[in-house]
Order: sequence, then structure tokens, then C-alpha cells
Amino acid sequence: MIRADHFEEDEATVANDPISQFNISKLLQLDVGGYDISFTNSSLFMVATVAASAAFLIFTTSGRGLIPSRLQSISEMLYEFVAGLLRDSAGSEGMKFFPIVFSLFTFILVANLFGMFPYFFTITSHIIVTAALAFGVIGMVIIYGFYKNGLGFLKLFVPSGVPGVLIPVVVLIEVISFLSRPISLSVRLFANVLAGHITLKVFAGFVVSLSGLGLGGVIGAILPLAFAVALTGLEFLVAFLQAYVFAILTCMYINDAIHPSH
Amino acid sequence: MPDQPPDPSNDEDLSKRLERLRSNLDGPEGMVAEAQRDEQLRAERAHSKAGIAQAFRLSSEFIAGVVVGGGIGYAIDKYFETSPWGLIIFLLLGFAAAVLNVLRASGMVAESEMSLKTVQDHQNRSDKQDPNA
Repeated sequence: MIRADHFEEDEATVANDPISQFNISKLLQLDVGGYDISFTNSSLFMVATVAASAAFLIFTTSGRGLIPSRLQSISEMLYEFVAGLLRDSAGSEGMKFFPIVFSLFTFILVANLFGMFPYFFTITSHIIVTAALAFGVIGMVIIYGFYKNGLGFLKLFVPSGVPGVLIPVVVLIEVISFLSRPISLSVRLFANVLAGHITLKVFAGFVVSLSGLGLGGVIGAILPLAFAVALTGLEFLVAFLQAYVFAILTCMYINDAIHPSH
Repeated sequence: MPDQPPDPSNDEDLSKRLERLRSNLDGPEGMVAEAQRDEQLRAERAHSKAGIAQAFRLSSEFIAGVVVGGGIGYAIDKYFETSPWGLIIFLLLGFAAAVLNVLRASGMVAESEMSLKTVQDHQNRSDKQDPNA
């Protein structure tokens, strides 16, 4: 009850429940043609993510040293990592998709890493953001697939060597399997980031509430503190791996669009 | 810079260093073995990373298949008033698609039309080199 009265105050300091870190707040009220396109904290962090990654890449590669400096070699490693990923899955033909794969990878990676800063908003913890990215990728694959192969792209849904009777069932299964791609792509990223941040907040919350109980509580708080530290490390791993998984799956789907049948 | 003639003393230095490098590479077996060990370690690290990435995939691939199948069935029931048959049939088809997704993600079934050989080739290739290290 007291909590509710002091809600405003809580908001200003640190909210104790694990969900409020995902709240969207409008920073700039905007309304165009009946649509609410307010500039929110989510938009702010999207802009920050793009600005930070672009600034980093421009700054580090401006030297163009033949022998790269430390920062330049980070950019080069990033480039070579994504280029290798794409070339391995989609062949050199897929390299024309390099810009989008590279942008997706850096955007998700930097957004996830930004989320690891205390008080920062994690944009990839909202399914609408990850779903927009995933459906964008699948839409691109479908459009390019039809553009490149015409109706031959539909061969993707008809595996060779299937008996004629089974073809309707197999095609239905293949279509469902294809439609599940953007769902799994977006849900995976969003769920991992969301769950990780909630877990981290819950364990950190234990430390605060336990240490408020006196000496015994402070000693008892050591365990959740250790967990919180370990989870932070794990979250950094997840931040990278989720970007990696998103990028490698994008590469594999692009491969489907280029070569629907081998 | 490219117009300047190469500095002779620098050149001498370079050739000396090259020679030392060559003798180091050929001479003691230790150097070669160490390089091989490094290579192996890098390959292992790449493999474990790909493994964790795959583990993240499996569960979500399965859930997505069932959810999409169920969703299509529900939508069909709603528009054609065939309840409950659409849901039953498409949930089962969705389950089949989910199993297919998981088998594909784990590399036990070839990706769509690609033959199993190309999948294995691809895995071998990505195992050999670790672009991140």
C-alpha cells in the first residue's frame, strides 16, 4: 500500500520489480494522422545503437592503415567474421547481401551490449523489434527468391524423391516449417534477452532485500550476489551468441532464396 | 613513400629477420607443434561456439513449428467454421513441421532441397576455419 503511494518516487530512483525495466516511456509526444509515432526511450536507444556502431566503424576505419591499429583490427575482424559467415552459408553469390547481414549483426550485437549497461533500455527485449527484423529478413528472402527464380522458388516446398501420394502432406509441412522461421527467429532473440534481464534483476533484487535484514541477511546475500555476477558473464555470452545465431540463420535463408533447389 | 628507394640497411635487417624466422620454423619441432596445437584449439573453440548457438536454436524451432501449425488451424476454423478439425489437423501437421525443423537444425535432415552431402561439407568447412579468432 505504501508502495503504491510512493510509486512516483520509486520510478525516479530504482524500481524494484523486474518488469519495469522494459517499460516504454514517451520522451517526445508525436502524433501524425491519428498514428502515435512518439519518440520513446526505445527509439532513443535504437538511434543510440545505430549512432554508436556507425561512429565506431567510421572512426576506426578512418585511418585506413595498411597495418591496422588495435581499433581498426576490431572493425576488420567484425567485417571478416560476417563475411566468412555469409560466404560459408550462401557462397560468393550471397555476398551481395553482405550489407544487410552486417547491419543486422552489428545492430543486434550493439543493442544487446547496450542492454548490459545498468539503467539502459534493451530494445531487443521487445518482441515487436525482433519480429520486425525477422519478418524483414523473411520478406526479403521471399521477394528475392521469386525475383531470382520465378515460380521455381516454390520448389523449396517440394522435396525431391517424395512419393506422389504424400506430396500434399509434405508440402503443407514444408510451408508450416517455412512460416515458423520468422517466429522462431524473433522469439528466440526476444525471449533470451528478456529472460536474461529478468533473472539478473531478480537475483540482484535478492541481494538488496536480504542485506536489508541485518548481518545474517548480508551473509546470506553473498550467494545471490555471486549468481548475479555469474549471470552477467552469461548475459554477455548470450548477447553475442544471439546476434551470431540471427546472422547465421539470415545467411541460411538467403541461401535458400539463391538456390531453392540444388 | 612508394617512390623512395628501399633503405639498404633496412633491407639487410629484413632478410636477417626472415632467415631467423625460417630457421625457427624449420629447426625446432616445437614451433610447428605449437602452431598445430594453436590451430586445434581454435577449431575446438569455434566448434563449441557453434554448438551453443545450435542449442539456442533447437527449442525455439520446435515451439515455433507447433505454434504456427496451431495458429493456422485456429484461423481456418474461425473463417470456415470447421471447428475443431482444422485445429486438430494443423496442430498435427505443425508438430510434424516442428520435428522437421529440429532435425534440420541439428543437421540430421538435409536443409530443404540441399543434399545431405552439402550440409556436411558446409559443416566441415565451418569447423575448419574460425573467422572470429
